[in-house]
Amino acid sequence: MNFSYSEEQQMLQDSVSKFIQQDYDFDTRRKITESPRGFSEENWNLFAELGWLMVPFSEGDGGLGGSATDLIVVMEEFGKGMLVEPFLATAVLGGGLIAECGNDSQKEELLAFIMGGELQLAFAFTEPESRYELNNVTVTAERRGDEFIVNGAKSVVLNGEAADKLLVAVRTSGEQRDRDGISLLLIDAEARGVRRRGYATVDGQRAAEISLDNVSVPAACLLGEEGKALPGIEKVIDRATLAICAEAVGAMAVTLAKTVEYTKTRKQFGVPISKFQALQHRMADMFIEVEQGRSILYMAAMQMDANGGVAQRAVSAAKSRIGAAARKVGQEAVQIHGGIGVTDELDVGHFFKRLTTFQFQFGSTDMHKLRFLNGESSAA
Amino acid sequence: MNIDLTEEELSFREEVRAFLKEKLPADLSRKTLNGLHMEKEDYVRWQKILHEQGWAAVNWPVEHGGTGWTPTQKYIWANECAVAGAPDVIPFGMKMVAPVIYTYGNEEQKQRFLPDILASNVWWCQGYSEPNAGSDLASLKTSAVRDGDHYVVNGTKTWTTLGHYADWIFCLVRTGGPDVKNQEAISFLLIDMNDPGISVSPIITLDGHREVNEVFFDNVRVPVENRIGEEGKGWTYAKVLLTHERTGIARVANSKQRLGQLKRLAAETADGAGSLLDNLAFAQKIVDVELELLALEYTELRALASVSTGKAPGPESSILKIKGTEVAQLIDELFVEAAGNYSMPFVKDQFAPGFDGEPVGPGTAANAAPRYFNNRKASIYGGSNEIQKNIICKAVLGL
Ligand SMILES: Cc1cc2nc3c(=O)[nH]c(=O)nc-3n(C[C@H](O)[C@H](O)[C@H](O)COP(=O)(O)OP(=O)(O)OC[C@H]3O[C@@H](n4cnc5c(N)ncnc54)[C@H](O)[C@@H]3O)c2cc1C
Repeated sequence: MNFSYSEEQQMLQDSVSKFIQQDYDFDTRRKITESPRGFSEENWNLFAELGWLMVPFSEGDGGLGGSATDLIVVMEEFGKGMLVEPFLATAVLGGGLIAECGNDSQKEELLAFIMGGELQLAFAFTEPESRYELNNVTVTAERRGDEFIVNGAKSVVLNGEAADKLLVAVRTSGEQRDRDGISLLLIDAEARGVRRRGYATVDGQRAAEISLDNVSVPAACLLGEEGKALPGIEKVIDRATLAICAEAVGAMAVTLAKTVEYTKTRKQFGVPISKFQALQHRMADMFIEVEQGRSILYMAAMQMDANGGVAQRAVSAAKSRIGAAARKVGQEAVQIHGGIGVTDELDVGHFFKRLTTFQFQFGSTDMHKLRFLNGESSAA
Repeated sequence: MNIDLTEEELSFREEVRAFLKEKLPADLSRKTLNGLHMEKEDYVRWQKILHEQGWAAVNWPVEHGGTGWTPTQKYIWANECAVAGAPDVIPFGMKMVAPVIYTYGNEEQKQRFLPDILASNVWWCQGYSEPNAGSDLASLKTSAVRDGDHYVVNGTKTWTTLGHYADWIFCLVRTGGPDVKNQEAISFLLIDMNDPGISVSPIITLDGHREVNEVFFDNVRVPVENRIGEEGKGWTYAKVLLTHERTGIARVANSKQRLGQLKRLAAETADGAGSLLDNLAFAQKIVDVELELLALEYTELRALASVSTGKAPGPESSILKIKGTEVAQLIDELFVEAAGNYSMPFVKDQFAPGFDGEPVGPGTAANAAPRYFNNRKASIYGGSNEIQKNIICKAVLGL
């Protein structure tokens, strides 16, 4: 048994941590979120230079190894700074799908550009009515000769506006909720018939509504086998879910630390409010939540690494448990701060927002609880 | 024990319903029912309609223009207003400063201030909290030093809700020196926001709106005649007022209305093969809130019944504040959950009148998260829920 990071992982953590602490303070982040693009190109290039964009990829694909543990090391540090650069959308989701489903020539064509910081991606999978079901796909792709004609709408697509290329889950056969008949297409974001309506998200990121109106896509842009994309999509979404779990653990740790610090400096009734036992126990509870969250995160990452990248049930366990922790830690942090906690000015409210959206991203706490439960019978 | 309404009460309810149906503007009710941002003009428009009807000041004594309604009538009124989506009456003038003026003010002050409050001609804000005096309000530092017929006021008030709309501010200020006990050093002053030396700067809340402010006083000269009651008695007056603030705070009627709305929304929201209301986990959360609310409703009714037998609202009213805000916040959260992926977008001004951009998400789904974020304030202001529990410990349990 070993719970410590390898030397390489330690170095990776140090370098990301240093960047967040020195170059990604809350004011810097705010300026970045308010910029037209919503993230910093300069940072993105730096991430490429430092090799961080190679973290999610296997050595065979030209990456650093792509273990789940490496991924959570980076994501946890990102979470501490509420990083808004589209690492998740481009490298983990987009890059992950290409690595998972793409053929050799597609990988060769694209992966190096992702890792080099030259290509932005977005994965368009949710739809207005799909909620959290990955198999719930109504965007259609009809084969016509050596093209697909794509029609429909995707919603709340992270990084959808800045992306150069979109990975789109489409239905090539079957009914709305069938597991079969889902395919994955790589669509040029500027292609005719693609309309993107970008916006900020409540947690400072960017997303877009995307409509596809008779978009013609060369058949060569199909990733993987026609109609058989769902298992690959699920696998990649699970990895992304694990990634945001790590992000949330990082965010929770900082939220707790800031809350503890604040109570030591804020005086009411002649004493620091940290002296009130009513608040002390609540912070002790927050601490317990963060540690339980971290434990279940490690569990899931270890399972994933031990099982060749597949760990459905473990990921759902982590997502639902960390979701509950995020809810509590976020709400308590704001409450314990008092009025200053509900202002836009202080970072704590923004951590609370991110810890809120986290609970619903890639499936709610309840959804994952159910998936964990249902997985029990199917697990060996 | 019984909670049946009498014949007169039933016909009163009909009268209220008919009034709301005829006079409540549809745009205001839409905003209220969806928790959308309101402008000053929106509030004033509605309050003037109420005034015309003679129903603006529900709690005031009849002699000053109040309704003279029984507690049951007030309860009916609150329920019907919530169901119809009538905007909240802004409390600062009507529910906060007016009771202090008509209870402790002199004749001249009553003549001067009450009619404009009643008619919503003048907007008031509450200047109690300071950067270093929140829960420990009595430690406030804003000073008022006597200079002839004036007080010279210096200091900073903060968290002043809608202070940027206000014509007047009622303040707790320190008139006693450092050797005077806190509770005897505080006076209650009415200050014209247009006085030289006052400046107001915005505080933006988590939903991106300007709702609160900091108000700075730099040698502001306030006539002594603007002091309510005796010098050094302001704390006593304010405490009476705080109890008033607490009784309406359970907001049972509003929470009931919203819970109904939530169920309808859940029934219309697709979730897998069925609707979100068929989702057992979600349905259970709704039931949990509903049961809490049902108990709270009866807790409030018990409190009302005891007030109607002549007892003052006691420390039990802290239950109403704690549970009322917890229930409202849980409902806010369930709306976020119902919005699902559409809880993410933040399109500023999407729901403002005159928005000519492209809206995102179905209905007001994209308003769910900002509203949830904003309403975390409810368990913080008006005496935080921790402070309410301290009150229960001390005043009820004798700890
Ligand atoms: C949106 C909003 C609107 C407001 N509007 C107004 C307004 O119009 N006018 C006005 O005057 N004020 C207003 N307030 C101020 C409000 O009343 C204060 O925020 C509140 O009294 C808490 O004070 P604080 O924010 O300084 O928190 P603090 O007093 O610093 O409290 C911080 C935390 O410590 C806890 N705490 C403090 N003392 C104790 C204790 N003894 N035991 C246990 N826990 C304790 C609190 O519960 C809280 O969790 C508003 C506040 C908000 C957020």
